[in-house]
Amino acid sequence: MSLSHKDLLKRIDELPLLQNMKDALHDDLAEVEVTDEEFEAIARQVVEDFDRAQVVPCEAVGVVAAQSIGEPGTQMTMRTFHYAGVAEINVTLGLPRLIEIVDARKIPSTPTMTVRLDGEYARDRDLAREVAWSIESINILHLGSIATDLAEMNVLIELNEEVMAQRKISVEEVAERLSDVTKLAVGRPDDYTLTLTPKEPSYRDLLQLVEKIKNISLKGVEGIKRVVIRKEGDEYVLYTVGSVLKEVIEFEGVDPARTKTNNITEIAEVLGIEAARNSIINEANDTLREQGLTVDVRHIMLVADMMTCDGEIKQIGRHGISGEKVSVLARAAFEVTVSHILDAAIRGDVDYLKGVTENVIVGQPIKLGTGHVQLVAKR
Amino acid sequence: MTVPKRIGKISFGLISPQEFRRMSVVKIITADTYDDDGFPIEMGLMDPRLGVIDPGLRCRTCGGRPGECPGHFGHIDLIAPVIHVGFAKLIRKALRAICRECSRLMLLENDKRMYLEQIKTLIELGQPIDDVVNKVFSEARKPKKCPYCGASQKDIKFERPLSYIEDGHKLTPSDIRDRFEKIPDDDVKVMGMNPDSARPEWTILMVLPVPPVTMRPSITLESGQRSEDDLTHKLVDIIRINQRFQENREAGAPQLIIEDLWELLQYHITTFLDNTVSGVPPARHRSGRPLKTLSQRLKGKEGRFRGSLSGKRVNFSARTVISPDPNLSINEVGVPMEIAMELSVPLVVNSRNMDALRNFVRHGSEAHPGVNYVTRSDGRRVKITSRNCEEVADMLEIGWKIDRQLMDGDIVLFNRQPSLHRMSIMAHKVVVMPYKTFRLNPAVCPPYNADFDGDEMNLHVPQTEEARAEAQILMRVQENILSPRFGGPIIGGIHDYVTGSFLLTHGERRVNRREVMELLKKLPVSDLPPPKGVDEEGRPYWTGKQVFSHVIPEGINLSFRADFCMNCDQCKEEECEHDAYVVIRDGELLKGTIDAAAIGAFKGKLTDRVIKELGPSVAAEFMDSMTRMAIRGIMLAGFSFGIDDEDIPREADNQIQDVVKTAREDVQKLIEAYDAGELEPLPGRTLDETLEMRIMQTLGKARDNTGSIAGRYLGLDNSGVVMAVSGARGSMLNLTQMAACVGQQSVRGERIHRGYEGRTLPHFRNGDLSSEAHGFVQSSYKHGLSPTEFFFHAVGGREGLVDTAIRTSQSGYLQRRLINALQDLEVNYDGTVKETRGIIVQFKYGEDGVDASRRDYAGPENVHRIVQKVLGKESS
Ligand SMILES: [Mg+2]
Ligand SMILES: [Zn+2]
Ligand SMILES: [Zn+2]
Ligand SMILES: [Zn+2]
Repeated sequence: MSLSHKDLLKRIDELPLLQNMKDALHDDLAEVEVTDEEFEAIARQVVEDFDRAQVVPCEAVGVVAAQSIGEPGTQMTMRTFHYAGVAEINVTLGLPRLIEIVDARKIPSTPTMTVRLDGEYARDRDLAREVAWSIESINILHLGSIATDLAEMNVLIELNEEVMAQRKISVEEVAERLSDVTKLAVGRPDDYTLTLTPKEPSYRDLLQLVEKIKNISLKGVEGIKRVVIRKEGDEYVLYTVGSVLKEVIEFEGVDPARTKTNNITEIAEVLGIEAARNSIINEANDTLREQGLTVDVRHIMLVADMMTCDGEIKQIGRHGISGEKVSVLARAAFEVTVSHILDAAIRGDVDYLKGVTENVIVGQPIKLGTGHVQLVAKR
Repeated sequence: MTVPKRIGKISFGLISPQEFRRMSVVKIITADTYDDDGFPIEMGLMDPRLGVIDPGLRCRTCGGRPGECPGHFGHIDLIAPVIHVGFAKLIRKALRAICRECSRLMLLENDKRMYLEQIKTLIELGQPIDDVVNKVFSEARKPKKCPYCGASQKDIKFERPLSYIEDGHKLTPSDIRDRFEKIPDDDVKVMGMNPDSARPEWTILMVLPVPPVTMRPSITLESGQRSEDDLTHKLVDIIRINQRFQENREAGAPQLIIEDLWELLQYHITTFLDNTVSGVPPARHRSGRPLKTLSQRLKGKEGRFRGSLSGKRVNFSARTVISPDPNLSINEVGVPMEIAMELSVPLVVNSRNMDALRNFVRHGSEAHPGVNYVTRSDGRRVKITSRNCEEVADMLEIGWKIDRQLMDGDIVLFNRQPSLHRMSIMAHKVVVMPYKTFRLNPAVCPPYNADFDGDEMNLHVPQTEEARAEAQILMRVQENILSPRFGGPIIGGIHDYVTGSFLLTHGERRVNRREVMELLKKLPVSDLPPPKGVDEEGRPYWTGKQVFSHVIPEGINLSFRADFCMNCDQCKEEECEHDAYVVIRDGELLKGTIDAAAIGAFKGKLTDRVIKELGPSVAAEFMDSMTRMAIRGIMLAGFSFGIDDEDIPREADNQIQDVVKTAREDVQKLIEAYDAGELEPLPGRTLDETLEMRIMQTLGKARDNTGSIAGRYLGLDNSGVVMAVSGARGSMLNLTQMAACVGQQSVRGERIHRGYEGRTLPHFRNGDLSSEAHGFVQSSYKHGLSPTEFFFHAVGGREGLVDTAIRTSQSGYLQRRLINALQDLEVNYDGTVKETRGIIVQFKYGEDGVDASRRDYAGPENVHRIVQKVLGKESS
């Protein structure tokens, strides 16, 4: 007698298993006839195996995680710049990137965003380009050319009509922005020409003014230096050089739920610590996988959780977790030995010898793994 | 057995002058150390009450001999108080925060209470209090008038290294001490200090503790001259100045001289505590070497904390060069006889082992397996020699302990540095062997990351039953086949094992009865499978697959693509004409070739399945049999690789030359187009970048083409190809570089541009962009490189070397930081992960509580397998 589909579902659901195991069971059993005894046999075996897979209490998961991430570090490349995904955008990869992640750097060496788009914007190349142009920070060189007129002692800007229309920016806007930042009057000899005259008629000031104008962001998000459009599957995705998550997710057409940045600190500020924790996991995982190294995600999770469990991102190292340990001896044994001891003395710190290093230092068994278990022989 | 005492806690604090005096055994008043007869002078720096270092003498305080006496502190009474450099910053902050008249912390009572409350909360939460304390100091500095006594405050300037100047007058340490003494205890608490263990005035020293001689032993040079420790030198200076100071003061010397001497005393005590304070010239030895004083002893890798306290030295260990022995089990280690006779295992005599142990003792210490020492029940230790062995053996009593020499079957720990993961230390069973190297099965090289080019390894002998049990159960090699990093096998066939299995199992390799016996010689075998067929001469033959099936455990069902799979567009799976699709049914290899994908380290699917289905013991047996057979397999086939294996026919050579020539011409065309301004830039790239990218592309393609030409002439009859395709060693790229064309050399992913202005070498014209001027090596290694090619090759090669050197140091530091940050985490009995503050890091380890090394048991694939097994269907 085989089980009905409803019964089967119910009984699978009652098993103490992970969802993906239940799904697998369901997939396998939905199509075939299963008797009660067969189901029992399968369930028993599956649950038994799942129990066997459980981590044992006292297991030193921290050290194993640290080793599992640190050991492949020796096999990683040092080449900082690699072109991942988009050929035009450089991103830090390999060991330097992994170090950057655990260092909890405020700004990564190559900040970049992956901007995914909403509905029509994702499917229509022109719409996608419009979003890209509205995000990308534009300076004068995007819109035309800039030159110095030594006879008049002024800066001459020739704007390109076509590009201006494409980028949806008017000459007035440009002129206003320029005069706002430079605090100089902007002349307009003809429709698409602008002139600026420095206060002092010196050649040096003129050149300085040119440089200054080149750096002025006229439109778009300041800090997004470039945006590249790429087709992925059937949608267009934007990749940026520079990252300003808070502003970019507000743009029309941008799907904020699927837009991400590689700046973890920024994620923590904009989306919160849980998002930052997930971002650490994803970034570290991607970095390792790109190098062809398989590291179980549980190890990376533990590192991420350790870095974020206080509600803010803490570095793996002297200025974070290692510097804030409760144990004076553990801190002293890591780095900046003497000042830790002096500070402990004036604060009257007490070391309760709970961790590993402290107990190694005083020469007694560590309370971890087999050292945590105490057996008393019955006489 | 008594439960060993445990240190519960260690409290830190400052020591008051009274406490210093109380703990002192002698007041040191003279700077002299030894008298003319070489005896320590009383009340001198080597006073016998401070402990003993000279053999034969006894400590005058505790009566202990050198080694027993831990040493005892003495003290020097300073004529005038002196600042402790380590607290210079704190003193500065405190001086500015307290009233110059009444010494109270210049904050309102309410604020004090609030800050104190914050500090208490932070301490309870295990968070650093630095931010609050700094706030207290900066707030208390602000008032111009004391809120308590109304005295107006003056600005205190700090000058490096240790001057506090108020209103143009330098505050003496005595002044500072007087002020600090008056700070009420409650205010001290707000300043983040614990007044019970650290009063602020104790940061100003009145008494200097003199460390015991045991921590500053003097050494006697060969010339008979005594050489004193750096600390002793420094103490001598301090005592001399202290004396001069006293004499001058008593003689009523002018204030200027007194101040100078005070400064000098401060200098010597500062450098005694820390000889690297900025702004203070380091004290030097007569030879000009800076002295190593207290701080320097603690700091850094070789310092007390990292060097001596965290890194313990051990007995019962050995180290020597390693070499391979495929006949050993992966669980075994070959130990040279000389080492086995030096190392020992302690055994306690009881009624049941008495006779056996007596026998060992009778061997003495010169005949293996003998005994090195016997410890009697009263704790007396007797060294066993050939002379006293019989006598001691007869005396042996229950309860005595013997140190038996290492012998076959003992469990030991084996280790290779750098110990980057837990598989760097594993437990092996001893096999005592002749010669002088440790021997191990090459299949365990991957976890140790060992090779045999002179690597050395360490061996440790566990000395207690608990340690042995732990090693046996948790650390044995077979328990570590699966890596906790990714849950796959880290132990497996390498090099010749892979080649051997490949040669044995590829295609329909026929082996006759004699060859079968040869292959199975080292394996447990009772009968042969029925022969596959009969050859032309009517003799029975077997296939290599049949023979290999002998080592695969029964019940294994598996099919997968071999490493050597050509990645055909459409995999024909079981019908694969390259014999690259492995099918195993009930331990029988039906189809496919066994190569790195089946038995290799890191990716061996067969090993993986065996251990996950049948457990570590069967897996270890499988590894042992497999390695033995693979070695026999490669010996049977015969295998060598030499310079002539890189020979390719003349026509292939010509084709390669053609390819290289066209590529060069293509590059030239690109350059011409660039010069003519006809090159279209790639989106987002400059013209120069575009040209470089196009050239790199062209040349890369050319190298690949030469490779495939050479590949056409290098078949499976070539040993290099066999190694490359089976995953044993090397790649086709290595082979084509040897046979066809080395290819573009690069620095930072680009062609080589550095060198002279406008050119890489004087051999080329300025601005030459051609392939040969920027590091394209068109020759093969076999042909040999031209001088310029050789140079470029060296340039490219050097990048790799530098890269490796930097990477090892960087990843080493990363590892140290990760370990330090995470080492205290463990899974609790409730499944949570907590750190030492008691804060929960994870509510359930890894979100599902699954151990990474056993993760496959909790995966969907395992569910499929179980379903199929129970329902009796074929597995796929
Ligand atoms: Mg080596
Ligand atoms: Zn003593
Ligand atoms: Zn006052
Ligand atoms: Zn195939």
